[in-house]
Amino acid sequence: MTWDWNAVRDFMPHFWDGLLVTLQALALGSLISFALGLVWAVLMRTPTRWVRWPVGIVTEFVRDTPLLVQLFFLFYVLPEWGLTFSALTTGVVAIGLHYSTYTMQVYRAGIDAVPAGQWEAATALSLSPWRTWTAVILPQAIRRVVPALGNYVIAMLKDTPMLMAITVLDMLGEARLFSQQHFQFTEPLTVIGVAFVLIAYPASLLLRALERRLVR
Amino acid sequence: MKQPDAPAGPAAATRELIRFDQVTKRFGDHTVLDRLGFSVDAGKHVTLIGPSGSGKTTILRLLMTLAKPDEGTITVAGRQLFPAGEKQIREIRKDIGMVFQQFNLFPNMKVLRNITEAPVTVLGLSKDEAEERARELLDLVGLGDHVDKYPGQLSGGQQQRVAIARALAMRPQVLLLDEVTSALDPELVAGVLDVLRDIARSTDITMLCVTHEMNFARDISDEVLMFDSGRVIESGSPDKIFNDPEHARTREFLSAVL
Repeated sequence: MTWDWNAVRDFMPHFWDGLLVTLQALALGSLISFALGLVWAVLMRTPTRWVRWPVGIVTEFVRDTPLLVQLFFLFYVLPEWGLTFSALTTGVVAIGLHYSTYTMQVYRAGIDAVPAGQWEAATALSLSPWRTWTAVILPQAIRRVVPALGNYVIAMLKDTPMLMAITVLDMLGEARLFSQQHFQFTEPLTVIGVAFVLIAYPASLLLRALERRLVR
Repeated sequence: MKQPDAPAGPAAATRELIRFDQVTKRFGDHTVLDRLGFSVDAGKHVTLIGPSGSGKTTILRLLMTLAKPDEGTITVAGRQLFPAGEKQIREIRKDIGMVFQQFNLFPNMKVLRNITEAPVTVLGLSKDEAEERARELLDLVGLGDHVDKYPGQLSGGQQQRVAIARALAMRPQVLLLDEVTSALDPELVAGVLDVLRDIARSTDITMLCVTHEMNFARDISDEVLMFDSGRVIESGSPDKIFNDPEHARTREFLSAVL
């Protein structure tokens, strides 16, 4: 096995394209999972079981089936129903939806950790349910769970190569394409491996710093 | 501070504001309140005393709609609080304020916002009006220069005084005080009680107070209710209850706490 710097040089333009796609998928997937997970967590606290049951069943189903299966389902089955999206859009939605079923549990733990006295004070002051959630409960709950949410961002980063399965050219997709065309596997795969570390490690350092600041 | 809704003068002194009728509350097999009946007139300061677990705090929690009775009726200013629909409950709730043992200030908001949040979002006051009211109340409780702090930066006694100001900012007709000094270090108790004495003296707000501070109860109360096993076993003026109790259980209880 020899290391060929020329191969690295030739791969780099493709690498940047793939990095951009990976980061897009990661950023949008994170946003969707954070927002949707919060919606699930709050809906699971509504008094009516006609809301809680369907949400509980759907999220349990999504959490218990593999992301890869969900990717294929959204990519190949939805078009049969007349819903067609780009591969990247489909991938972002699938990752966001899948991880929202994890972030909802993180939010739930944060909400449960807010003392009962906070709810009681909100009731005693006649705050509306909306103000109780947005001004009192969620600011306290989310502060506690930011580090745990961050861990899922890193997990999502490492799941983005699955998008390759539905033709998205993320970092791994670009590397594989390059390898097949040039029969050089070592260089492109090493480059993207290093890239994953270079994204994930600073991110986890940042998380630890956040954790020290937010969780007392 | 005047309560605009409550007419002053002798007529107000006899207006019935709160009535419990045959109220029963159980937690599992344990009956906390047993067909309890009592009433409180507008403007009166009533103290509930009795051993722990005798149901005093539960009465305040029922009035604040933090718990529901199993049987009986509760009436506030002629409107039924239980049984009642959600809309009626919300209306009555606005007339009642509560100060908790554990303060329960919102730690994510500064002191000023703790006090203005409900007047702005519930009563519809403008931000300026609400802040003016909050500053007056903070002056009243002696914390005028702490508006920009977070609750976590205050002592327990200061937090509890902010909580009192927060409850008063809603201009409730009734103020419920649930063992408000029990969680405080001994040296901080007096400051909080002084503030409450001041409020009892200078306003015509109706107070329902659960406390173990018997001197405070003697100072501010128009009436003292002695509880045991979910019932009122004796009631009367503080003079009568503290100096000349009729019931053996009352004498026993007082000799243990005084």
